[in-house]
Amino acid sequence: MINLEIDGKTVQVDNGATVMEAASKLGIFVPHFCYHKKLSIAANCRMCLVQVEKAPKPLPACATPATEGMKVQTASEYAKTAQKGVMEFLLINHPLDCPICDQGGECQLQDLAVGYGGSASRYQEEKRVVVNKNLGPLISTDMTRCIHCTRCVRFGQEVAGVMELGQIGRGEHSEILAFVGKTVDSELSGNVIDLCPVGALTSKPFRYSARTWELSRRKSVSPHDGFGANLIVQVKQDRVMRVLPLENEAVNECWISDKDRFSYEALNSSERLTKPMVKKNGAWAEAEWPEALQAVANGLKSVKDKHGADAIGAMASPHQTLEELYLLNKLVRSLGSKHIDTRLRQADTHADGKQAGARWLGMKIADISALQSVLIVGSTLRKDHPLLANRFRQAAKKGLAINLIHCAGDELLMKVANCAIVRPSAMANTLAAVVKALAEIKGVALSADVAGIAAGAVVNETAHAIAASLAAKEKVAIFLGNTAQNHPHYTALHVLAQEVARLSGATLGFLGEAANSVGAAVIGAEPGADGLCAQDMVRSPRKAYVLFGAEPELDCHDPVTTRVALKQAEFVVAMSAFQTTAPEYADVILPIAPFTETAGTFVNTEGRVQSFNGVVKPLGEARPAWKVLRVLGNLLQLDGFEQDNVEAIRAEIAPDLNAFVATRLDNGIVGAEVEIPVVGAGIERIGEAPIYATDMLVRRAPSLQKTTDAKNARIAFIAKDVFTKANLLEGGEVRIHMGSGSTTVVAKCDERLPAGCVRIAAAIRETVELGPMFGALTVEKVSIAAAAE
Amino acid sequence: MAMLDYGPDAVLMKGLDGSNWRLKDYEARAGYQALKKILKDGIKPEDVIAEVKKSALRGRGGAGFPTGLKWSFMPRTLPGAKYLVCNSDEGEPGTYKDRDILRYNPHMLIEGMIIGAYAMGIPVGYNYIHGEIWAEYERFEEALEEARAAGYLGDKILGSEFSFQLHAFHGYGAYICGEETALLESLEGKKGQPRFKPPFPASFGLYGKPTTINNTETFCAVPYIIREGGDAFLNLGKPNNGGTKLFSVSGHVNKPGNYEVKLGTPFAKLLEMAGGMRGGKKLKAVIPGGSSMPVIKGELMMTVDMDYDSIAKAGSMLGSGAVIVMDEDTCMVKAAERLAYFYFEESCGQCTPCREGTGWLYRIIHRIEHGEGRSEDLDLLLNLSDQIQGRTICALGDAAAMPVRAFVKNFREEFEYHIANKRCLVAPGGYSSPVQHEPLAMAAE
Amino acid sequence: MNMLSSAAKTKIDREVAKYPVDQKQSAVMSALAIAQDEHGSLPNELIDEIAGYLGMPSIAVYEVATFYNMYNLKPMGKCKITVCTNLPCALSGGVDAAEYLKAKLGVDWKETTADGKFTLVEGECMGACGDAPVLLVNNKRMCSFMSKPKLDQLIEELK
Ligand SMILES: Cc1cc2nc3c(=O)[nH]c(=O)nc-3n(C[C@H](O)[C@H](O)[C@H](O)COP(=O)(O)O)c2cc1C
Ligand code: SF4
Ligand code: FES
Repeated sequence: MINLEIDGKTVQVDNGATVMEAASKLGIFVPHFCYHKKLSIAANCRMCLVQVEKAPKPLPACATPATEGMKVQTASEYAKTAQKGVMEFLLINHPLDCPICDQGGECQLQDLAVGYGGSASRYQEEKRVVVNKNLGPLISTDMTRCIHCTRCVRFGQEVAGVMELGQIGRGEHSEILAFVGKTVDSELSGNVIDLCPVGALTSKPFRYSARTWELSRRKSVSPHDGFGANLIVQVKQDRVMRVLPLENEAVNECWISDKDRFSYEALNSSERLTKPMVKKNGAWAEAEWPEALQAVANGLKSVKDKHGADAIGAMASPHQTLEELYLLNKLVRSLGSKHIDTRLRQADTHADGKQAGARWLGMKIADISALQSVLIVGSTLRKDHPLLANRFRQAAKKGLAINLIHCAGDELLMKVANCAIVRPSAMANTLAAVVKALAEIKGVALSADVAGIAAGAVVNETAHAIAASLAAKEKVAIFLGNTAQNHPHYTALHVLAQEVARLSGATLGFLGEAANSVGAAVIGAEPGADGLCAQDMVRSPRKAYVLFGAEPELDCHDPVTTRVALKQAEFVVAMSAFQTTAPEYADVILPIAPFTETAGTFVNTEGRVQSFNGVVKPLGEARPAWKVLRVLGNLLQLDGFEQDNVEAIRAEIAPDLNAFVATRLDNGIVGAEVEIPVVGAGIERIGEAPIYATDMLVRRAPSLQKTTDAKNARIAFIAKDVFTKANLLEGGEVRIHMGSGSTTVVAKCDERLPAGCVRIAAAIRETVELGPMFGALTVEKVSIAAAAE
Repeated sequence: MAMLDYGPDAVLMKGLDGSNWRLKDYEARAGYQALKKILKDGIKPEDVIAEVKKSALRGRGGAGFPTGLKWSFMPRTLPGAKYLVCNSDEGEPGTYKDRDILRYNPHMLIEGMIIGAYAMGIPVGYNYIHGEIWAEYERFEEALEEARAAGYLGDKILGSEFSFQLHAFHGYGAYICGEETALLESLEGKKGQPRFKPPFPASFGLYGKPTTINNTETFCAVPYIIREGGDAFLNLGKPNNGGTKLFSVSGHVNKPGNYEVKLGTPFAKLLEMAGGMRGGKKLKAVIPGGSSMPVIKGELMMTVDMDYDSIAKAGSMLGSGAVIVMDEDTCMVKAAERLAYFYFEESCGQCTPCREGTGWLYRIIHRIEHGEGRSEDLDLLLNLSDQIQGRTICALGDAAAMPVRAFVKNFREEFEYHIANKRCLVAPGGYSSPVQHEPLAMAAE
Repeated sequence: MNMLSSAAKTKIDREVAKYPVDQKQSAVMSALAIAQDEHGSLPNELIDEIAGYLGMPSIAVYEVATFYNMYNLKPMGKCKITVCTNLPCALSGGVDAAEYLKAKLGVDWKETTADGKFTLVEGECMGACGDAPVLLVNNKRMCSFMSKPKLDQLIEELK
């Protein structure tokens, strides 16, 4: 520990702490631009110059180590003169176009200039002008305003893990830009907008849409992946204008993903549903709420009377709130049906009823930084969990050994110790090989439920290296990602992962796919042992379906089967915030409010209960879903639908939500029988929900749909061998057949895919016809002539 | 083959004719004997450092830091990678001594570095050579090959347990890479942007490992010190200013060139060695230590001795030993403008006061030189210099500010004349009339 | 993208070998110089290729290429002539030499002669002030004491 004195106040800091850190510990603000607590120290802006006793010149607080007995003056005449001098230099080449600058009102340069800038400028020479750069659809530039703090450059190198921006040139001629012709494609790119202390990098979608002081700031929580990033939603006249991170060291620190930041564009899109719709003898008509709700009640009642409650099934999106899912679950079950599911993309549900509890991360998000070795199975980590990926990236820098089993060799932008990239049908066997190797290393017998599959597994070098990496360390973990959870061999993967955990003392965890996956499981909006899962509800079709916030063709594992089932049903009600293909199969469509227009709760992947309030009024006649469900319950004369606010629903779920959730979290699986997977011989599909197709909101956010990631989602990435065999052309068209369906898309060869694989996205319109996310397919070159037709 | 004339006091550059740079020639000049002595007599590393301390050798790169002391900072016994770096990125306007060493006496540098590596327990070294001198780079590579072949360099040097690998690195045009931490960044394959210190290279240097950096000429003094003893070297100069020093004399003299003189030699004598003022013109101003150092009025300079302390007393610095001589016909505004332009062009752009300030300084002086000066300009120049100096990451900020301040302070009336009359006080041209000459030294080429 | 000849790659590998195995990046400056010697300048594809060859982000290589004076990001004349005009040289005819060349070749700084033979560039201190006027031909050949007759000779020779 070191004792020093700043502005007369004494403070104690750890060895190695800087004067800046010591000052902020005392709550003393030292003006600065390049310094940022999450980035390396550059000490280049020189704004934080302070007076240090005995030092011959002013020193930068951000880079000067605190030393015992040091005496610092941050606001003495001497310090102020230095700071004012720097400020003058910063302003001479700055355009001072604050009135037309989006940063106006939240500009650190503007704020500090007030206190440190001179009145009239002594600079009578020519000002620098810098040409703007195109960094893509999300970030807009005004590089003349740049003050060369290099925060954006350091963010890329240190946080996003990829250097997309650089400072080129020298001296006064240096500028920030991306390599010629390249855009900034990181899934975390939007954070540079927050980092930029001036208006050089601003939000393209937000550009010129409001002045910052007109915006009110309201707290919320990300409705996308299971990470649960905390948000500041900025509102003007009941319209969401912008989304920023709400700092929470335990969760998202000071970052949010581009998905969290830009998906709000969908909230104001023309695709919003604003009026209930009812189909009357074949024709759709707008309806008033009472009429529409009555139609739903009648529809469900008549199906129940005719075919029994068992003929009713509900498919809900795990992006809906805890309260909504609770009421939906209550409604369905009170009607007498057991068929409700939120795991719409999960193919393999053998283990239903054998899971000990709600699948979760298995630890706190923050605990990832303490891990020494992990095995991540079936995860497109960066795209499925952008901020979780960053946690792993930072841990990897501190020595965490990252081991992977996956079906695609994506660039993770972090050091990977070992990775086994195998075709989907071989993933379980590969994990089995790791189990086998672990047992050998530990000299422990395998537990019965995996003995069979492990026996046949072949331990190759990689499998052994992975096992060794886990065995060698204390703090280890194994995680199953989205691909594993939606995989046809999910049960096998889960049981094997549990065995890895048992053998290596690792923690078993799941990377939660959706904002409320954990919440849904916790309140039991899942079929359990005796109900039908989403898959089975369509494989053995029901007579009535309740679609809740779901877009079946894009959210379900097998769109084709799902659509057939929906079309044959006698009654379908679709509750959703957006227009979907529901008119093709539904009878009633109800406009419900998205997360910004209702109060609610998400439980993130670490089991953190995060409640939030609506930030704007529901659009048009859209209504919070919990109210809709409550009224529906009343119309159906069901008991227990008297709650008149979300708090009441929460209280009903449990007096102490946190405690309640905690008791329900458990990744254990008992007595699930594991059949030995056969490794496919033909061409296999790798189907995933791409980063900007995961849910209704992102699908309708125009700017996100312009990104490179969104464009790539429309491309079939094809393994070298398949590509050559079918003699396809890079960027040429390919026809892909799967089951009875087929689609034509652009083909690209991907050397990092395992042999015999085609990676073609699910969750997008273009591939609905293909059916299941995994399985056999064939490819066929589309001749230019054929394409022309 | 005519001898190169470095002056009667020369010890390091003695007996050179421009072509006798090879290993055998160097050995004939007692080359590599210091190294042999160390290895044969098993002189302990700490004793080598002690000898260097005794010699009062001070860094020849500009800062004049005591070399023995710097060497003692290196955690010699610390296991793991450590690096020795030679700074041959000679780019300080007026300085061209290291180039002569590289092309005429490269083995002296190699031997000096080997001894340094031995003294500090360093296994690998690099010599960072200025981008513009490609021929010298190639020659140094050749010399390295000779040394390796002869067993002076590489594994188990001369059969001892001591190994040292030395490589040459070629810069590509950036003055700032002469600054030691910018040089390290450049050596790592990055932009040459100086690092904030602390941490210093001795603890966090090349690739984050302990590193010692010295100037070419500094290393070259070491073989002599070991061979003849620290005292012998010290006695060549004067206390706290040990040894001889190469001075690069440029500008309005009859025989520009490098002269190796004892520290403490009067400037007048040096000027005389350089053939006196060109065309018998009157001496107006001298920059005694390279363009980064304050300019001194001629009359005062004639009374100064060429050593660190005397020049400091006269209000400037010995710096890199570049002596830029200007005669009565030189326009001080024009001279200042050209130097200001240099620092403006060479600022790495990293820190605010230098990036923005150097351009501002240049533009003001440019205006004055072009008859658009304003009365408030001179005080503004002085004030801006204060706002830059001491507030930047590296000393380039100071290097840009000090000359401007000195030019304005020492020749204010000339600047004021420019502003008032929108023209030069001296003969048109401003840089004075050059005379084409080809000194003896170059006949060898 | 394979603009780098195998000869160039061999040279680059020799440079790479000077540094620790995990520090290939240290060879980027030589790699750029070698590539430039081969192609006259450094088009983006070439920078990209070098980035790939040394396992660096393209923008990081671009940073280096734009930071150091002697890299040509734009195509140059067959002979790039860099004249030092810094003060010490200027005092001994550096600027006069430059002015003479400008007149003789009919170009200003950073301009290339119509026949594409010569590009004139203003240089900073080359560490050869005693030989003023000094100039560099294509970064590698230094010419000293460039009196007007010697300048005439040089241009003749390079034509
Ligand atoms: C802007 C700037 C330029 C410099 N240029 C050189 C140079 O060209 N050669 C050199 O040896 N040192 C130069 N230095 C000094 C080096 O930073 C360093 O102090 C020196 O190389 C240490 O070697 P020495 O102790 O032997 O002098 C420069 C310093 C600054 C701030
Ligand atoms: S003082 Fe100038 S050269 Fe030195 S780091 Fe700052 S900007 Fe770069
Ligand atoms: S000033 Fe021109 S070479 Fe030194």
